Amino acid sequence: MMFGDWLDIGPVTQIEAGTARTLPVQGGEEIAVFHTMRGEFFALVNACPHRKGPLSQGIVHGDVVTCPLHNWTISLRSGNALGSDEGCVPSIPLKVDAGRIYLKRSAVVAPRAGPAGTGARAA
Amino acid sequence: MNAPMSIKGRSSPARGRERLVVIGNGMAGCRAVEEILARAPDRYDITIFGAEPRVNYNRIMLSPVLAGEKRFEEIVINPQEWYDDNAITLVWGDRVDYIDREHKSVVARSGRVEPYDRLLIATGSDPFIIPVPGHDLDGVVTFRDLDDVDRMLAAAETGGDAVVIGGGLLGLEAAHGLSLRGMKVTVVHLMPTLMERQLDEAAGWLLRKELEGRGQTILTGANTKHIHGVDGRVVGIELEDGTRVKADIVVMAAGIRPATGLAKAAGLDVERGILVDDHMVTSDPAILAVGECVQHRGLCYGLVAPLWDMCRSLADFATDAPTGYSGSVTSTKLKVSGIDLFSAGDFSGGEGCEDIVLRDASRGIYKRIVLKDDRIVGTVLYGDTADGNWYFDLMRRQEDLSDIREGLIFGQAFASGGALADPSAAVAALSDDAEICGCNGVSKGTVVKCIEGGAHSLDAVRAGCKASASCGSCTGLVESLLSVTLGGDVESGPKAMCKCTSFTHGDVRRQIVEKGLREIPQVMQELHWSTPDGCASCRPALNYYLLCAWPGEYVDDQKSRFVNERMHANIQKDGTYSVVPRMWGGITNPRELRAIADVVEKYDAPMVKVTGGQRLDIFGIRKEDLPAVWADLNAAGMVSGHAYGKSLRTVKTCVGSEWCRFGTQDSTGLGVQIERMTWGSWMPHKFKIAVSGCPRNCAEATIKDFGVVCVDSGYELHVGGNGGIKVRATDLLCKVESEREALDHCAAFIQLYREEAYYLERTAPWIERVGLDHVKERLFSDPDTVAQLAARFRFSQTFMQDDPWARRAAGERSDLHSHIATVRPVAAEMEKA
Repeated sequence: MMFGDWLDIGPVTQIEAGTARTLPVQGGEEIAVFHTMRGEFFALVNACPHRKGPLSQGIVHGDVVTCPLHNWTISLRSGNALGSDEGCVPSIPLKVDAGRIYLKRSAVVAPRAGPAGTGARAA
Repeated sequence: MNAPMSIKGRSSPARGRERLVVIGNGMAGCRAVEEILARAPDRYDITIFGAEPRVNYNRIMLSPVLAGEKRFEEIVINPQEWYDDNAITLVWGDRVDYIDREHKSVVARSGRVEPYDRLLIATGSDPFIIPVPGHDLDGVVTFRDLDDVDRMLAAAETGGDAVVIGGGLLGLEAAHGLSLRGMKVTVVHLMPTLMERQLDEAAGWLLRKELEGRGQTILTGANTKHIHGVDGRVVGIELEDGTRVKADIVVMAAGIRPATGLAKAAGLDVERGILVDDHMVTSDPAILAVGECVQHRGLCYGLVAPLWDMCRSLADFATDAPTGYSGSVTSTKLKVSGIDLFSAGDFSGGEGCEDIVLRDASRGIYKRIVLKDDRIVGTVLYGDTADGNWYFDLMRRQEDLSDIREGLIFGQAFASGGALADPSAAVAALSDDAEICGCNGVSKGTVVKCIEGGAHSLDAVRAGCKASASCGSCTGLVESLLSVTLGGDVESGPKAMCKCTSFTHGDVRRQIVEKGLREIPQVMQELHWSTPDGCASCRPALNYYLLCAWPGEYVDDQKSRFVNERMHANIQKDGTYSVVPRMWGGITNPRELRAIADVVEKYDAPMVKVTGGQRLDIFGIRKEDLPAVWADLNAAGMVSGHAYGKSLRTVKTCVGSEWCRFGTQDSTGLGVQIERMTWGSWMPHKFKIAVSGCPRNCAEATIKDFGVVCVDSGYELHVGGNGGIKVRATDLLCKVESEREALDHCAAFIQLYREEAYYLERTAPWIERVGLDHVKERLFSDPDTVAQLAARFRFSQTFMQDDPWARRAAGERSDLHSHIATVRPVAAEMEKA
């Protein structure tokens, strides 16, 4: 178990590029961790701002995910709905180091509407 | 390695000079010394420690040495005379073990103590060795210095197999060199895209194809699990998925780490690199650091350009004329002969970023510029890098490009042409004999004449004079000509497939077959996609078109599937799934019903419902439980009902002649046969079939995509019905006399629909678009066509009729059904799920 500001959630290889996987938080909102085709990683709360659709199940293209329920497109970088739709899903700061993915511990403990998180590029 | 030794320069140091000790005889250390000497030749008494037993050379030119394009002598930067002439003491082959900050001296391994007034750490970086079992075997090498190159060359002498771990800049250069030296090279890369830090998916794909064409094997998304050896010597590697690759040599090129050990042990502030300020001063004012070992304003650099900037600032400071380094914008070129590749800045896009993409398939060119607020923030060029430096310069100067952005992608020559910056003006200014379409050799005059002759749309021009009808790269020019010639009277043609392309679905389907395009990135490149990896509209469509065009050959891309087809169940509004097992022809039995009842109870399904397609739908199943549910249903002999797919859904039947007093034929029997033949096939959209035993039509066959209505004399075949938003009754296609004919016609019609309809186009709108006469003509004008289409359908089905549930139940793609882990929020602890 690793302590400090960052929570180690495992190796980058556990998420295929172009897909996402989920991380339930007991008593909190489930987190979706995305791996884009270009090798970047992002984490958002796994609920579309529209009708709470599971974003982890959407198609990932560029740095955007299309929600599986009603095709809203959400920026993985900021959590903002794109196009004519309005809304924002909280994003969780994430970094990649030595082939492992880390989430900002404080943001995992209290998933909340905070400032936009940052993308991290795999080493 | 040679014995430690030092060479004293000719002139002895004068008293009163400050003593400068440099740890590191590499590019950064020596460049810093050069810069200092250029400013104040007599200020310092200089000693350089180098771990390698040789003079200072250009490390980035090791690739050409490996490739046999250069000799070591040609890449030496500073020969022995330089050290002599400048009275520099070079201590080579003696590693500095310890920095004694209290006494301001360094202690080398040999015991030599060298006092300093100023110390410069330029230890560079170390190759990152992936700590897999076997990493210490003989024959596992890194690619960092000349000794590594010698080791690789020795291995290459006997030929054999080489594995390069890491598909970044360094790894690919190593692979190229070894390949030229006659080895059979496999590159193993963790990420899906080669050089993913420098390239986007599209450029990475082009690079991959080029390297594969040169005989290298490229494995992406490949994680090395084990390096195998015999008698302490490497024989091969094993990947996480079990793949084994033979290897006589393994090159670790998985990245570099700043070499900070000395600094850390000396108590200097170190994060990823040694922390320095804008003057390259560490947390100890007497100690400077420069190069790949430092971290400046949060960044560590692994390229050579920033190093020159750092050394200038360092020398300014060390000679009392401080200027300050404010970071570098970097660019990359791959040093592989014959491959032009340029990358600079941040091309990952983001909020407020716009992409300008130009693809020229015939010349293998891909260019992408990323703009933010009309300023370049990143560039990727493949195939034509002539304008790389110009873009890089615009990016560094953060020039506002709003005036020339329209023509920017065409390069400096085009964009700087003053009035030509507006594409319409540029086109208007072209002479009549200027070539517009290179593929078909069509001049501007010909296109204009064609437009004036009545071709008022892009399609009409394509049909009229062939301009833009082949590769499509001149589509923009033709459109400009249309608007210049006609003003506002341009007719918009058929709708483009999506915002990523100007081609229609029809164009794309046709070209996939004509050009033999076999992968999604290849289609995007050849057809000039304007986005790097498509969107949620085009990816599933391309996946289907390829699946349809190349049965058994094309590997389905799960990332391009909508959630339902990826999860083989129907997502519901709360994120759970519903599960519909197949019931052939709507017939079931106690065993199946019991299994369904058991599943409903075992997984606490809140609802089970009879569907319109004569089967049972189990609601509220969590994605984690799906494989177990499927295993239970499989055990009772049931397979996926594909209620979630753009595919054959159900074949609805009435009881027919077996029970019904009006029945004319065995409609249930025929329905089951049809379902056995058609289940599992992927189609442009969902596809429903029904078989009614008499014209009373209890199975509602006349609102299905394919409906059979049995009559005394045979079978009426109906097509193109729909009971959805817009109800459409079927058209009668034909009447046949036997079950066999009914089956063949069904297969032929489905295959025609599969090959000709657009993705997400049901049979009803398809038939409205092309006309029933077209369908009849395609099926019946030649007596062999029905048999040929049916044969193609049956061939494709040999690859499709494989129950996806059974594979998932057996553990395939368990990652899609499991969480990464679970977090307990109180202490933010994590458990492996």
